[in-house]
Amino acid sequence: MKQEYIISAYSENHIGLLNRITIIFTRRKVNIESLTVSESALKGISKFTIVVNETKDKVSNIVKQIDKQIEVLKAFYHTNEEMIFQEIALYKVPTAPLMESDQIEKLIRKHNARILEITPEYTVIEKTGHKEETQELFNGLNPFGVLQFIRSGRIAITRSPIEKLSEFLKERDALLAKIESKGKISKV
Amino acid sequence: MTTKEKETKRSQQQDVEITGSEAVIRSLIAEGAEVIFGYPGGAIMPVYDALYDYRNALRHILTRHEQGAVHAAQGYARVTGKVGVCIATSGPGATNLMTGIADAQIDSTPLVCITGQVTSGLLGTDAFQESDVVGLSMPVTKWNFQITTPEDIPEAIAKAFYIAASGRPGPVLLDITKDAQFGKLKYKYAKCHKIRSYVPEYPVNKEKLAEAATLINEAKKPFLIFGQGIMLGEAERELKGFIDKTGIPAAWTLLGLSALNSDHPLNVGMLGMHGNYGPNIKTNECDLLIAVGMRFDDRVTGTLKTYAKQAKIIHIEIDPAEINKNVKTDVALLGDAKKILRLLTHIVSPNKHKEWVKEFKQAHAIEDKKVIQSDLYPKKPGLTMGEVVRRVSEYTKNKAVIVSDVGQHQMATARYSKFTQPRSHITSGGLGTMGYGLPAAIGAKLGEPNREVVVFAGDGGFQMTIQELGTIAQEKLGVKMVILNNHFLGMVRQWQELFFEKRYSFTEILSPDFVKVADAYGIPGNHVSDRDKLDDAIKVMFETEGPYLLEVNIEKDDNVFPMVPAGASVSDILLSPEDATK
Repeated sequence: MKQEYIISAYSENHIGLLNRITIIFTRRKVNIESLTVSESALKGISKFTIVVNETKDKVSNIVKQIDKQIEVLKAFYHTNEEMIFQEIALYKVPTAPLMESDQIEKLIRKHNARILEITPEYTVIEKTGHKEETQELFNGLNPFGVLQFIRSGRIAITRSPIEKLSEFLKERDALLAKIESKGKISKV
Repeated sequence: MTTKEKETKRSQQQDVEITGSEAVIRSLIAEGAEVIFGYPGGAIMPVYDALYDYRNALRHILTRHEQGAVHAAQGYARVTGKVGVCIATSGPGATNLMTGIADAQIDSTPLVCITGQVTSGLLGTDAFQESDVVGLSMPVTKWNFQITTPEDIPEAIAKAFYIAASGRPGPVLLDITKDAQFGKLKYKYAKCHKIRSYVPEYPVNKEKLAEAATLINEAKKPFLIFGQGIMLGEAERELKGFIDKTGIPAAWTLLGLSALNSDHPLNVGMLGMHGNYGPNIKTNECDLLIAVGMRFDDRVTGTLKTYAKQAKIIHIEIDPAEINKNVKTDVALLGDAKKILRLLTHIVSPNKHKEWVKEFKQAHAIEDKKVIQSDLYPKKPGLTMGEVVRRVSEYTKNKAVIVSDVGQHQMATARYSKFTQPRSHITSGGLGTMGYGLPAAIGAKLGEPNREVVVFAGDGGFQMTIQELGTIAQEKLGVKMVILNNHFLGMVRQWQELFFEKRYSFTEILSPDFVKVADAYGIPGNHVSDRDKLDDAIKVMFETEGPYLLEVNIEKDDNVFPMVPAGASVSDILLSPEDATK
């Protein structure tokens, strides 16, 4: 059964790796619903967050293929329930209706949104939340004429266990040292 | 001191200022490369210029096409177990490598491919002979990297060799811009032993090992199937030790061939589409399937819906991405086949499985009667591929390196040549690349100069890389070429006959007189069409020093059987065309 999964991957921040990862999806004709890449807590290590709507078997195989890429440190996947996730949306609306009535102000309060900038012509509103929530505010604002709207990809953190990248790197070092000491890696 | 020794010694000087291109050559020598294959061109000229000063320490083989260079590097890697190296220029030179790189990726062949690239300032400007080689090769390489500064060259080459050879091997491509080749650096070489984001193999899990041993000890009808992983992991002795102790019959995939002596009493033959009868039907009768260093390719499994559903499955595999990819396993043993088989052999109980092994013998007797006898000892006048292959193999006392191209003759070669030592059967498995055979044989001969190297090719595939006769002539390589000519693209013709109502759409192929073509290169050869002249023709081929081309006229409408039709179950294997029409 297809459902939404959040794929996360830590990688070296190297040119071309994004392409290496996305072609894994392309080759299997799997659509990416959202994709976010940014620097993690550690300098030089990037974090990918990719949302797909797929079966568990397919997601599991894709994650193994991502993990197999030389410059990927670790890849894993979770269901939405296993993660806390968030998106951000920006809305540009004309300033006039904001001045004329309190309807927009009420919407902003109701949706826990905030105003980033007001000019005589337009106002920029920011809202964080799940896709349904940012969409709901869009639907509320639309009658006043949304001039521009943009939604980010998803970012997510696991509910448990605590994700400690620096500890993972230490464990990885120990694992590699173990393999290295046993020899027979290079046959050249 | 010989010139070669002088060059090698010079290549080892550290902390000296040299050009990026000289660093390329020195790094290759530092990695133990002895033979490389390539074709020069504009963007790689600085590297070729540097090579001129090391041409004795690093033997370069000029092929006639870059595809020839990469396949030759593959053949070299497959017989030696070393990393194969090939070099090409930018643009068309690099794109011509792609078929071989894709082939090496799917067949886990360790390669380092070096391509020249336009000067870094011109990247992305559609400069002359510019193409996005890193982008193009990304889906078919284990790793690739573009070098734009000379200082990065030694480290990138060290990484390339480490990645290509470790874990599950594969092809790596380095794209080096011309300014990086021309620029200077202070050269210092250190081999790569570790990359933090890359785990080449996982340590053996002792609990899983014990679980596997229990399954093996309890099984009544255990069956072992193995692939190239045995040879890549140098686990041939461990495999033999394991089956000798447990009495478990073993069958091989196309790429696993030659890992186990052909005459070993527990070697029950080939798996898959044109494999042997017993291994295919017994896959669906065994109670335990132990898969080692193989990836359950569709040509091996047939339809997965009915594949070994009755059996427990143990998968011994170095690549985590292969576990549960096609076939769900009960116990996955991740890691190196050599270590796992050694540990497993220690803890399993000795056994014989006499009755079970007998079942394979009975299945073999059926196949022998219905297929093998008429392939090897035909009553009709025309020669068969099977008898030619067997005669050649026997002449070499089953000691030759046997290379094949792709198609009907490839299946005949796998079925009827015999092997007494590993890394002796070289063919394109996963990608099925026609044109692979001749250049791969060049690489194989350079890797094993003291052994006989025979390439079997069809009349179709041979013409795809026929230009490499020039390489054989120039380098005076003693490759023995046997063309099994049935005047058709035989495998496609067979499918047309069986599954496309004998509509022979564009499979009849006109070929030149191959012996005359060879003669034009100064390569001796002969034709043979009659059974009573075959043995003599083979004898003359092997007694002639250097290269030789033997063109054998084969019966036109011969088909390869047994056959598991595409999408069918392995237990529905057909033994004759009559079976197909039933």
